[in-house]
Amino acid sequence: MSILLDRNTRVIVQGITGRMARFHTKDMIEYGTNVVGGVVPGKGGETVEGVPVFDTVKQAVEATGAEASLVFVPPPFAADSIMEAADAGIRYCVCITDGIPAQDMIRVKRYMYRYPRDKRMVLTGPNCAGTISPGKALLGIMPGHIYLPGNVGIIGRSGTLGYEAAAQLKERGLGVSTSVGIGGDPINGSSFKDILQRFEEDEDTHVIAMIGEIGGPQEAEAADYIRNHVTKPVVAYVAGLTAPKGRTMGHAGAIISAFGESASEKVEILSAAGVTVADNPAVIGETIARVMEAA
Amino acid sequence: MDIHEYQAKEILSNFGVDVPAGALAYSPEQAAYRARELGGDKWIVKAQVHAGGRGKAGGVKLCDSENEIYQACEGMFGQKLVTHQTGPEGKGIYRVYVEAAVPIDREIYLGFVLDRSSQRVMIVASSEGGMEIEEISEERPDSIVRSIVEPAVGLQEFQAREIAFSLGLEPALVQQMVRTLQGCYQAFRDLDATMVEINPLVITGDNRVLALDAKMSFDDNALFRHPQIAELRDKSQEDPRESRAADRGLSYVGLDGNIGCIVNGAGLAMATMDTIKLAGGEPANFLDIGGGASPERVAKAFRLVLSDSNVQAILVNIFAGINRCDWVAEGVVQALRELDIDIPVVVRLAGTNVEEGQKILAKSGLPIIRATTLIEAAERAVGAWRNDLTQATNLRAV
Repeated sequence: MSILLDRNTRVIVQGITGRMARFHTKDMIEYGTNVVGGVVPGKGGETVEGVPVFDTVKQAVEATGAEASLVFVPPPFAADSIMEAADAGIRYCVCITDGIPAQDMIRVKRYMYRYPRDKRMVLTGPNCAGTISPGKALLGIMPGHIYLPGNVGIIGRSGTLGYEAAAQLKERGLGVSTSVGIGGDPINGSSFKDILQRFEEDEDTHVIAMIGEIGGPQEAEAADYIRNHVTKPVVAYVAGLTAPKGRTMGHAGAIISAFGESASEKVEILSAAGVTVADNPAVIGETIARVMEAA
Repeated sequence: MDIHEYQAKEILSNFGVDVPAGALAYSPEQAAYRARELGGDKWIVKAQVHAGGRGKAGGVKLCDSENEIYQACEGMFGQKLVTHQTGPEGKGIYRVYVEAAVPIDREIYLGFVLDRSSQRVMIVASSEGGMEIEEISEERPDSIVRSIVEPAVGLQEFQAREIAFSLGLEPALVQQMVRTLQGCYQAFRDLDATMVEINPLVITGDNRVLALDAKMSFDDNALFRHPQIAELRDKSQEDPRESRAADRGLSYVGLDGNIGCIVNGAGLAMATMDTIKLAGGEPANFLDIGGGASPERVAKAFRLVLSDSNVQAILVNIFAGINRCDWVAEGVVQALRELDIDIPVVVRLAGTNVEEGQKILAKSGLPIIRATTLIEAAERAVGAWRNDLTQATNLRAV
């Protein structure tokens, strides 16, 4: 088992004709992802990396039975593409695009709520590296070879810091059930809490690792959820102990603007909820290994 | 992106928010002339800088005559205003705004922000205007009213009325308050703002609701669809290194330490800074060169980091995902050859083709200090910086 994505998940790529999208489509297919098509308005009928291109997501879903989508569309049009996927019956959407206006994301989230819970699309990202269920499928831009299949569920905001954690696990022979990037934007699709819930229910996930950073309330909300609903051990690292207040650190969402948003406050809140916190990024793998042994 | 008070007032007044009569000046002479044009016998002269806390820092002066205005301006123009928000270097004053003074009955705080918890726009108001919102939340948390706007329909009148009544406004003023709130929300929404703050919003002696101050920030990611807002960017208010980085598509934040950082990815960049601190050093900057880390970007990054004269050692930390370490290594070697760098450089590469990358660094013949793990890299950077300092001190002693 894994969450959100496995070998059979039928995937389409929105914006598939772009240079980056082509490159990563090829990479995903080579990894074993079941990519069944792509969508670019006006380019229906073309073929990219051996898969058919459609004009609309609805057409792609009808023709291929696609369940998941990867959005590679430029920022001004990305919100529209996510809503199109939600409306066409896509169940899981990963948005890679960095730089979507925050108010567009507010609109997207409001739009998704028009569907009842059981029909509502799950969105992760935007501004994330994607999701991988190692050995099964990859929906994103991460290098597949740094992940071993295994029992650690990873949730993270950052791409390369997530790679760092996966590489530290691999060094110790530890693998990952699924790694989910929730992205560095202030308004995002799924929160730490949303994904924690899925890992708690997944029998192949034995330990959950959260890789957070400064800014926003989602780590604190996760702590609250862990205290009351998560039985599996949770390990966390929060980046940005040295980040000054009120400055945006690369990710649009990485800015300390309120109480509880600094790294040290988040560490304190998570520790109080029973989470084992790695106090520096070099010991993320080591800390997970220790917690796994004890579990 | 931030804009000046006078610009925010002009925008908000176009959306139906009432503001005092005022005019912009670029010199003391012009300021005095503007005051005469405005009429009246009391004026406020306000330094236009992108920072709060101007009043306490001497950037806002009440004047009774043109002469006083002239003198107040002479003390402002060309000076750096240091407030609790600017940092010790302050922000340069190149424009002042002259306003007709108004009689004030009471002061209200009004803010519009992106609330990350509800993922919607939130209105924050308090009957304790004039203080900073942080102070209000500490000293008078009970005075704060919050209201979340449903994005599908926007700010409804009943919500605006609720806010007005809970601030204790007289019924006669409620309609003006509703218009002010709706104007601010509309401006926020239509122009992709990330923050609108009016502090204070005042009730005048003659029963008007006026925005005495105004601050607006905009979503950088949405400036492409608001060219008229993008034009308001004032580079004189930005850290020159940060604006240069932004113009080159790099994300840079200058800090006070002396170990320069070049990293790909924002999360990893923060983690690298944290590790430097853990190893006993202080990072000189945050720098994310993007996931790709092409040789050109690496070279640009070196130039940028070296432009900070406090930098005494550089730590490069690249996790090659989609790109390859050998390619990144070539970029580093190329940059070092071109730039003739005389401070220690520690390079840590990880990910795809790491062995080939290490070989390229080793073969280059350049004095690159290599590291394989993050902690090792940080320790070597801090160690090299200390040794370098020791050597420099010894040389001076000789």
